[in-house]
Amino acid sequence: MVGGIVDADVATYCLRLGDDALVLSQRLAEWSARSPQLEEDVALMNVALDLLGQARNLLTLAGDREGQGRSEDDLAMLREETDFLNAQIVELENGDFGRTMARQLLVAAYSLPLWQALTSSTDADLAGIAGKAVKEVEYHLDHARSWVVRLGDGTEESHRRVQQGLDDVWPYTCELFETDGVLQRLVERGVAADPAAIEPRWRATVDDALAEATLTVPETSWRPTGGRRGRHTEALGYLLAEMQHLHRSHPGARW
Amino acid sequence: MSEFRAEGGHGAVPTSGVPADGGGRAGSQPLWEVFVRSRRGLSHTHVGSLHAPDAHMALRNARDLYTRRQEGVSIWVVRASDVVASSPDEKDAFFDPAGDKPYRHPTFYEVPEGVKNL
Amino acid sequence: MLDETALEQEFQARIDADDRIEPRDWMPEGYRKTLVRQMAQHAHSEIIGMQPEGNWITRAPSLRRKAILLAKVQDEAGHGLYLYSAAETLGADRDELLDLLHTGRQKYSTIFNYPTVTWADVAAIGWLVDGAAIMNQVPLTRCSYGPYARAMIRVCKEESFHQRQGFEAMTVLANGTPAQRRMAQDALDRWWWPSLMMFGPNDDASPNSAQSMRWGIKRFSNDELRQRFVDSTVPQAEFLGLTVPDPDLRWDEESGHYVFGEIDWDEFFTVMRGDGPCNRQRLQRRVQAHEDGAWVREAAAAYAARSAARRDAA
Repeated sequence: MVGGIVDADVATYCLRLGDDALVLSQRLAEWSARSPQLEEDVALMNVALDLLGQARNLLTLAGDREGQGRSEDDLAMLREETDFLNAQIVELENGDFGRTMARQLLVAAYSLPLWQALTSSTDADLAGIAGKAVKEVEYHLDHARSWVVRLGDGTEESHRRVQQGLDDVWPYTCELFETDGVLQRLVERGVAADPAAIEPRWRATVDDALAEATLTVPETSWRPTGGRRGRHTEALGYLLAEMQHLHRSHPGARW
Repeated sequence: MSEFRAEGGHGAVPTSGVPADGGGRAGSQPLWEVFVRSRRGLSHTHVGSLHAPDAHMALRNARDLYTRRQEGVSIWVVRASDVVASSPDEKDAFFDPAGDKPYRHPTFYEVPEGVKNL
Repeated sequence: MLDETALEQEFQARIDADDRIEPRDWMPEGYRKTLVRQMAQHAHSEIIGMQPEGNWITRAPSLRRKAILLAKVQDEAGHGLYLYSAAETLGADRDELLDLLHTGRQKYSTIFNYPTVTWADVAAIGWLVDGAAIMNQVPLTRCSYGPYARAMIRVCKEESFHQRQGFEAMTVLANGTPAQRRMAQDALDRWWWPSLMMFGPNDDASPNSAQSMRWGIKRFSNDELRQRFVDSTVPQAEFLGLTVPDPDLRWDEESGHYVFGEIDWDEFFTVMRGDGPCNRQRLQRRVQAHEDGAWVREAAAAYAARSAARRDAA
């Protein structure tokens, strides 16, 4: 990693992306020894591990650009809820396998065009992270899509469950395409990916998958938001308590 | 007293009074045989089998299980019921074991000086 | 009858010549049954083993440790799958084997019936439990049955980092804060004896081992493996500056081995019988995952059937 260039906007952007990956990884890890079949334990742990790797790279880069000497663990383990910048969609509880796969589809369909765009980021370190992430997220999307199709076009029960899961998480997708001052500046600098360009690609992927899955695209007027400003759902507090407790119990210890 | 032995990996399991077969339900997902050609390999080699509902998932599962998604690897999956095997007499050509790769000890972990048997 | 005897003799001759037995070869029914049982219970152990270790993924004290543990638990699921596949080469069916596990007719290793109550337990499992498992598994790479031997080569290759990560984690704890050192010593206190029990009862209490040895399935006796484990591991504990919880432990210059205390076989049989700290919990969790997932598996099968029908109709 290139050191010494303090850049607050880039640090913020990396925290947003890093927190997305970290929180989602943490949620997927909850499926360990709980999946519907062993092959899914392997697959989901694979995805969780990929996301954790992305998170580590992004948090390290964020700490670097922030210039306060914070490490990946300082950022993951010592920040409060209001300092986490993930989108709310990734912190939602897993629910059943249908809801988990619905959320995976929606997030991966956003992450793929995002990382593809970031391979041309003017920040070389971010572009480097993107190069690796693209290949991983292609797999994540394919995996999620395969399951959403099979559950949607499977049995009556699976159709009902995945539709319910989709309905539950859908309102949280709007936050993924919001913009603000930080993002606008970074888009102008060529560092960040423009959400306005990503949304139509996301929508096309999702519409195509849901059609094949015989699922209905949800419609809602509810637009929960706030994650990018540190405003989260109640779920995040519990997730962080579990994730951070041991580290915080031994201040300064090495592991 | 029934017999226990350090069978298998993590040891101490009962070995007498334990049935080998006869569980209730038969397989709900077909069995697939998996063949992999590594990046520098010349041909596909049989690496094992897995269960999956269809070919698409079989390929995905094979990638996760047998290749850890390495780049440039080619995978074939074949429904086990579609494999036609030769008789035991002609077995050598078909059932030669897959090339045993030497065990590489990862250097990712620091093994302190003077500690043996790791 | 004569044919069968001749076949058995030929079979034994191949084993004695260190030849591999493959799925389509003739084999005595006892050999086949022993192998199916052994591979199945080995597979069950891998997947049940995901639970005590997986407990700490979401609570790992650093992101690096979280990644290591995720990879390890994922490996264990994979090992279970390789082993079920190997068992299936002998005509078993994975769903049937899982059913035998879920109904308690087939078992898994006793070691996983102990709780992982602190982070140091995860480190201790990597160091001690995987260390003991390696002692069992490396000889199995030379097992007479080909698919099992090949599965074990793959397993050993992937498992080589598991023990190292455990020892590394223990080293950091043992050299850390006083609280971390206490955590490490406490974990050693609780996992030492169960690890020794992993090798099974003393040889004089294991009369059926002889047949497995003749068939090239078992290569070393329980006591031999246990002694080997103690001899390797005690110096490692000394290196860590931790105390092995055995007041009778001492080095015997004459034999060149460590002498160790009496194992509490009552505890062993209690846990084996189903009354260990976590037996009920482990099996319930496993059965729950299976039952909760039934609708998913049914959906996948329904979709596959419908797709096949569409293809045929096209």
